[in-house]
Parts: sequence; C-alpha cells; structure tokens
Amino acid sequence: MADPQSRLIIDLKAISKHYGAGETRVDALRGVDLEVRSGEVVALLGPSGSGKTTLLNIIGCIIDPTEGRVWLDGEPVYENRWLRDDLRRLRLDKIGFIFQFHNLLPFLDAKDNVALVLQLAGKSAGEARRRAIELLDYLEVGNRKDAMPALLSGGEAQRVAIARALANSPRIILADEPTAALDSKRAGIVMDLLRKLAAEQDACIVAVTHDEKIYDRFDRLFHLRDGRLEDQEGSKA
Amino acid sequence: MNLAYRDVRHNLFRFVLTCLGLSLLMAVVLAMMGIYNGLVADALNIVRAPQADLWVVEAGRQGPFAESSKIPGATRDAVARLHGVSDAGSITYQTVEAAFAGKTLRLYIIGYERGHPGGPDVVVEGRGIGQSHFEAVADRKSGLVIGDRIALGRNRFEVVGLVEDAMNSGGDPVLYVTLADAQTLQSQLAPPAARVLEARGATGESGDTVAAVIARVDANADVDSVARTVRQWKHLSAMTQAEQEDLLVRSVVDRARRQIGLFLGILLTVSAVVIALIIYTMTMEKLKQIATLKLIGAPDRTIIGLIVQQSIALGAVGWAFGLMLILLIKDYFPRRVLLEPINATALAGIILVVCILASGLGIRAALRVDPATAIGG
Ligand SMILES: Nc1ncnc2c1ncn2[C@@H]1O[C@H](COP(=O)(O)OP(=O)(O)OP(=O)(O)O)[C@@H](O)[C@H]1O
Ligand SMILES: [Mg+2]
Repeated sequence: MADPQSRLIIDLKAISKHYGAGETRVDALRGVDLEVRSGEVVALLGPSGSGKTTLLNIIGCIIDPTEGRVWLDGEPVYENRWLRDDLRRLRLDKIGFIFQFHNLLPFLDAKDNVALVLQLAGKSAGEARRRAIELLDYLEVGNRKDAMPALLSGGEAQRVAIARALANSPRIILADEPTAALDSKRAGIVMDLLRKLAAEQDACIVAVTHDEKIYDRFDRLFHLRDGRLEDQEGSKA
Repeated sequence: MNLAYRDVRHNLFRFVLTCLGLSLLMAVVLAMMGIYNGLVADALNIVRAPQADLWVVEAGRQGPFAESSKIPGATRDAVARLHGVSDAGSITYQTVEAAFAGKTLRLYIIGYERGHPGGPDVVVEGRGIGQSHFEAVADRKSGLVIGDRIALGRNRFEVVGLVEDAMNSGGDPVLYVTLADAQTLQSQLAPPAARVLEARGATGESGDTVAAVIARVDANADVDSVARTVRQWKHLSAMTQAEQEDLLVRSVVDRARRQIGLFLGILLTVSAVVIALIIYTMTMEKLKQIATLKLIGAPDRTIIGLIVQQSIALGAVGWAFGLMLILLIKDYFPRRVLLEPINATALAGIILVVCILASGLGIRAALRVDPATAIGG
C-alpha cells in the first residue's frame, strides 16, 4: 500500500460514461470509484473495449463523464462548471500524458518537443530549453536532443515523450499502453523510470497496459470489465 | 518558438513547391490584369498622343476611332481661324497590310501635317519626319528599325525614327507618315471600283479628305464654346478630348475589356478556391498534431496562430514569386502588359482576405478536433 502520509491525488466517485443514445448507446463506464494517492503507480487492465481509455480520458479532463464527480489534487473538476480554458490550464500544469505511440510533434527536434510545454506554461525560451535538455539527460537521451522525432528509435522517442510528460512536474501522469511499442527489456526500463519519477516528484501514475510482464512494476492493478472496476492488490504491495 | 515557422522549415521542399504552384497562378492573374490595363492604355495612347483639346470630325459620326470619318482637307484652315484655337492639324488613320522582309506587317498608318499637332510625340530613336515625302516614324513593336525601307502602295518609305507604345486598339503598331503621303496611299489602296469612279470625278469629292482635324485651344479659351461654334457647320461635329477618350473606352475597348474582366473574375475565383483547398488540406493533415497540441495544453491561439501564419506565409510567398515572374516575362508578350502598383496591391489584399477566410475553415476543423484523438487505442 501507499504511504499513509501521501495525499489523495485522483478521486473519482460513481463515474458513468455513455456514448451515443437509444439502440446504439454504449455504456463504457458504469459507476466507477477510483482513488489514487501521490507516489502510487497503478495499472488499468482489462479486455479491449472495457473502458480503460475512456477512464483515462476522464481523469485527463479530455472528456466529461455522463455522471459522477472528479477531484484532482483536491479540486473538484466539473462541479464548478470550469471553463474549457481552465481545463486546458489544468492539463498543462498538473497532468502529463504518455501515449502508446509517442506523438511527438514531427517538426520539432527532441529538445524543443519538451521545451514547448515548458514555454506554454510560461517559461522563457532559454529557460525552457535548459530544463528540456536537463530532462533529456536525466532520461538518458540527452545525446539525441537535436534529433528530429522521425530519426529516433522507438525507445528513444518514448523517453523523449516521457520527458515531455514530466516537463511541468505534473501531479498526475497518465499513460495509455506506454510500453506497447517497446520490447520487454525496454518496457521494463521505462516502467522502472516511471516508478522512480513518481517517487521523486511525489506524483501518481495511472497506466493502461496489456503487458503481463510488467505487472510486477505496479503498486496496484485495477481490472475493468464491462465498465466496472475490480481492485486487485499489486505484487509490489 | 514559432510553430508555423518550424513546421514550414521541416517540410520546406513541399512548402516551396506549393508556393511555386500558387505563384504561377498569381502570375497568370497579374498578367491578365496587365493585359487589361495594356488594352485600355494602348487605346487611349493613340487619342492622347496628339495632345489635342478638340476633335473635329464628320457630322453624325463618332470618328475617327469608333467610326470612320471623312471631312474636307480645307477644314483645318477654317478651324485654325476660330477664336481661341491656337493650332490645328489634319490627320488621317488607316490600317494597311504591307509585305516586309518576307512577312506581312499590319500597320496603323497615321498621316499628319508637319508643324501641326498630330505627329509622333516622343521619338525614342532616330529623328522625326524631316521631308514632305517618303519618310516614316514607326512604333518599335512593328519590328522595323531605322534605315528600313518599306513598300506601301506604289512608294517606298524609309524609317527615320522609332516611337514606343503607339498602337491602335487592335494592337496594330503605328507608322507615322506625312498627310500628303497618307492621302496618296489612301487613293492607291482604295478598291478598284472606287478608283474608277474617282478618276471620272463621279464622287464629287476631291482627293483632299482627312479623317479629323485636331485642335489645341488657348489656355484661357473655353473648349466647349469652340466646340459649339464648330457644330454650327452642318457637316462637322466636334468632341472634346475627354469625350473622345470616353467614347473610345466605351465603344472600342469596352467589349474586350468586359471579356478580359470576366475572365479575370473567373481566374480570381479559381485562385481563391485553390488557395482555400491548399490551406484546408494543410490543416487536415495536421489534425493529429493539433490534437496532441491541445492535449499537452496549448491554448487555442497557439493553434490558430499556426494555421493563420502558415496560410499568410503561403499567400505572401506565392504572391511575391508570382509578381517577380510576371515582371520577368511581361515584355515578351506581343501586346503591352501594363502593371500598376495598385494591381499588385489589390491582388495582395484579395489573397490576404482569401487566406484568412480559408484558414477560418481550417481553424473551425482544428478547434473541433477532440484532444482524445491524440491518444491511440
Ligand atoms: N467516442 C466514442 N463514441 C462511441 N463509443 C465509444 C467512443 N469511445 C469509446 N467507445 C466505446 O466505449 C467502449 C470502451 O472504449 P475504450 O476505448 O475505453 O476501451 P479500451 O478499454 O480502451 O479498449 P482497448 O483495449 O481496445 O483500447 C467501447 O465499446 C468503445 O466502442
Ligand atoms: Mg484503449
């Protein structure tokens, strides 16, 4: 279990999400409760179509739940009718995304892909670049800082993407199949890295994965089945 | 960092290629504008060259450009004697085809009286006509050079000087000769039947006819009152310079102008559609990147900036290339291509508006895209 002194970062209450209406209605999530504390690394597991991505998107303030409430880092998200721009700000400051495919911007080199989010958060160009290079060094891809994404290997690109996700020291890191494009050795390295980051930056990590070989890297595993959540202790507990 | 610039730099080759394509289109639009202006300017040049204040022509005719006009040669003396007229000159116009150096030249022959208004304005090479017979001053576009001898009717004329930008509304280059030579030529080239009649003296007209008399009026005299006086002679009619120009533009140039104008309109519409399509597809190709930008928290203005800056850059570069291209090739056109700064500016304005409108379409799609699409799976 996580450290009892840790704070509650993600707090979902009775989340439901429907897509469509009438005959074509899909109940992607049905009454999901989820609590994740700082420093925790949790996995979302489940068969295809069980609602994993949907849940991640709700935590990431990308889509609204049909029902239920979301608190992130102690603040209610939808209750006070936040404006779209506030959600964007929240994503920028508190949430880092890691995708299955790295999704780096193809026209910026590695360091500027990272520096961009720092600049968006208000850092000066010089400062953003300095910190970006620091982060890349930390993730051991500093030697590739001037490379364009197309020329990076899968593992390098994923580490640059992680550097980008971490740039603004987010409280929450969301990862959708972060290791799917990597071999199992690289997948292990990336997961160890994420664990280390979560511990150092007092952040929590929620990762969707199908990769059984990395289950032991998580504090807890949540199984989604037909939009319902079943908690299950992770092997590291 | 400027995302628009970085993206362009990353796809530089494609961007340049697109700009080049666009610039060809812009060059065609500018050429069309230039041809349109050239047409009007050429037509007006002929009317403006004699620097006349008043045109005296045959009564009931809109001569000498819109319709033919024939008045007695003695009219010039009568007009010159009018109060307020400082100078007057007889003038004839006729189009002839002449064989020269194995080719057929179509020339617009202007006969004028030396020492009176109506002759070449600025001779750019050589000299003006110095003798009363068989000398000519030609427009450069005729291809004639100084010293050339060209056969017209039964006589040969020597080219002694060159002028520029002198042609009729059909684009035939001007050849100035003396009035006497022009009248001779006229009778030599007249249809045989008319010549026979004339030989018998049956036409009742003397050979001394001219197309018009142009008059310059004293600075303090009233052109309109002189015109009124001329109109009292029943066989004559008079037009001020402004009326003559207006008539020419309305009657002679108008249809060609409308034709080109309409085509220009179509061309502009096509360009607008092409620009809009290019910008729209450019944005559509970037939707995934735009979704990623949104997801990492980029504000809308960053995304709008990316699209708008790129489309304006595209339009601006296309316009600039197009302008350069047309400036390089405009002198190779057989007729004058006259580009005024206002044309280039107007086109820039139109392109700017089109680019902004087209980015509007792209922006709409970009702002609608769900950041969730950036997350695979
Ligand atoms: N935008 C949408 N519109 C309609 N239905 C959707 C939409 N997104 C997801 N769904 C449906 O919601 C259900 C859950 O989808 P979700 O993407 O969350 O599944 P998942 O667990 O991530 O699956 P996978 O493992 O294949 O990625 C699926 O039945 C899917 O078809
Ligand atoms: Mg999924």
